[in-house]
Amino acid sequence: MELIFEKSKDKRGCDILPSCDVPVVEPDGKYLRRKELHLPRMSETDISRHYTELAGCTYGINNGFYPLGSCTMKYNPKVNEETANLPGFLNIHPLQTAHTVQGCLEVMKLAEEYLCEITGMDYMSLQPAAGAHGEFTGLKLIRAYHRDRKDDKRTKIIVPDSAHGTNPASAAMAGFSVINIPSTKEGYVDLEELRKAAGEDTAGFMLTNPNTVGLFDRNILEITKIIHDAGGLAYYDGANLNPIMGIARPADMGFDVVHLNLHKTFSTPHGGGGPGSGPVGCRAILEKYLPAPRIQKKEETNESIGRVKEFYGNFLVVVKALTYILTLGGDGLKKASENAVLNANYMMNQLKNTYPVPFEGPCMHEFVMSLEELKKETGISALDIAKVLLDYGIHPPTMYFPLIVHEALMLEPTETESRETMDRVIAIFKKVYEEAQTNPQGLWDSPKNTPVGRPDEVTAARNPILRYTF
Amino acid sequence: MKEFLFTKTHEWVQFLNETAARIGLTDYAQKELGDLVFVNLPEVGDEVTVKEEFADVESVKAVSCVYSPVTGTVKAVNEDLLDQPELINSDPYDAWFIEVDHISAKEELLSGEEYEQFIHEEE
Repeated sequence: MELIFEKSKDKRGCDILPSCDVPVVEPDGKYLRRKELHLPRMSETDISRHYTELAGCTYGINNGFYPLGSCTMKYNPKVNEETANLPGFLNIHPLQTAHTVQGCLEVMKLAEEYLCEITGMDYMSLQPAAGAHGEFTGLKLIRAYHRDRKDDKRTKIIVPDSAHGTNPASAAMAGFSVINIPSTKEGYVDLEELRKAAGEDTAGFMLTNPNTVGLFDRNILEITKIIHDAGGLAYYDGANLNPIMGIARPADMGFDVVHLNLHKTFSTPHGGGGPGSGPVGCRAILEKYLPAPRIQKKEETNESIGRVKEFYGNFLVVVKALTYILTLGGDGLKKASENAVLNANYMMNQLKNTYPVPFEGPCMHEFVMSLEELKKETGISALDIAKVLLDYGIHPPTMYFPLIVHEALMLEPTETESRETMDRVIAIFKKVYEEAQTNPQGLWDSPKNTPVGRPDEVTAARNPILRYTF
Repeated sequence: MKEFLFTKTHEWVQFLNETAARIGLTDYAQKELGDLVFVNLPEVGDEVTVKEEFADVESVKAVSCVYSPVTGTVKAVNEDLLDQPELINSDPYDAWFIEVDHISAKEELLSGEEYEQFIHEEE
């Protein structure tokens, strides 16, 4: 497909303006551009076709199955868009005086309260723009807490080796050093290693639960106790909250601070469609450090870590998430989680005799398959399987994550997929496995039906061309 | 040619004398990682500590840590790798990462034969 600049033709345009009804004023020469702007010149017809063609090159949850593990690509209900488009929410300005936006503040307060109820936390800030930003904010709270207590030796954050890559990155951004601890061969936090790592320099510990191989860590109370006994705080990464809504709460597991991804668990668009929203919740001991401004009647505290985002975060995303929560209600959220777990277990059980699952046992919302054996036998890797799925109109699962599983494919079907869809996908997975044995070349030649085939990722990373040159 | 010794985390060490050595990644490691696209190296004068991370390498799949088999001071850094990380793929035993001197400690290192045996067991 051509770039819009390549389609541009001199003298084309779509600038039919009404005749000028005010006196023409020539600006001072020094304010005029010396070089013509580089804008494509096209007719409205061609612009419209260009963007329609581009839209056709994209793939989203509205196109088909999207089992991108750890990303919770659930369906985004249309009613969310309707509420987010209500003029009272849409046509406001962040600098409006507070008394003219009381309804919007009420929406945010209500969303905070529901999210507190779901997580068991005492307070919530909606300011962070997305998950990693939420991690950064939560870690700043931990830092402020220790600093306030003059406990300056607490400089380390413990992270299991199965963690999302953002965890160590956020910890480093927030000024901590990171200690990695290995997982057990069953995929859980290794309690002995945790005990060894925890000590008087421990600021905190970060964990997703269920973890990145889709297992709920049954030692969770022991884990958070080890951290608390060492004087650290426990951070809950909400990336995997989807299977436990209304069933288990991070606060009850012993966590002190949590971030949520409204764009995953609470059905607002993401994956190139953003923006996201990564609210941070905390226990009362951390309340005074929460980012300001907050919605409350009394004065802000001085200990706040300050702003982490202009104004109050991505408001319309919050409107969509609140719509989702209110639409489903408490029982509905619980049912959504139960179905997410049921769907993942259904797919895992249908596929595990074809694609080995290294961590056996009932999974939560997602599961990980290892293609290590297949690769040894046939040369077909996780990447090759992912590529051929594109030809079947399926978004590939997450590849090569978590790092502790070789040739990993991580599937998260979510609760919004029907049994028929999953059966169709399971059949395709099995067919592709057959092809790996009988016709590997066919897989290496895939994808054949997509706008681009296999991009040269290595050259792109080694010698990136980051700018279009005219 | 000085003998290459190995770690279980897939680094090689070549001792230049009692207290100085070159460190790099093994052929097995570069094969497992795949095409490398970026390398992060320490600076001359930095201290490295036995079994602690001193560099990282990035492939299209993931970023991985490189651990130091010795404690000492970085005497030289192979800056060619910064522009051409592919050298690690094409000639891993020539593509040294750093040269360390004032070595005061080292981990238990494997001989070539022992390392071969170790990867065999790993697989």
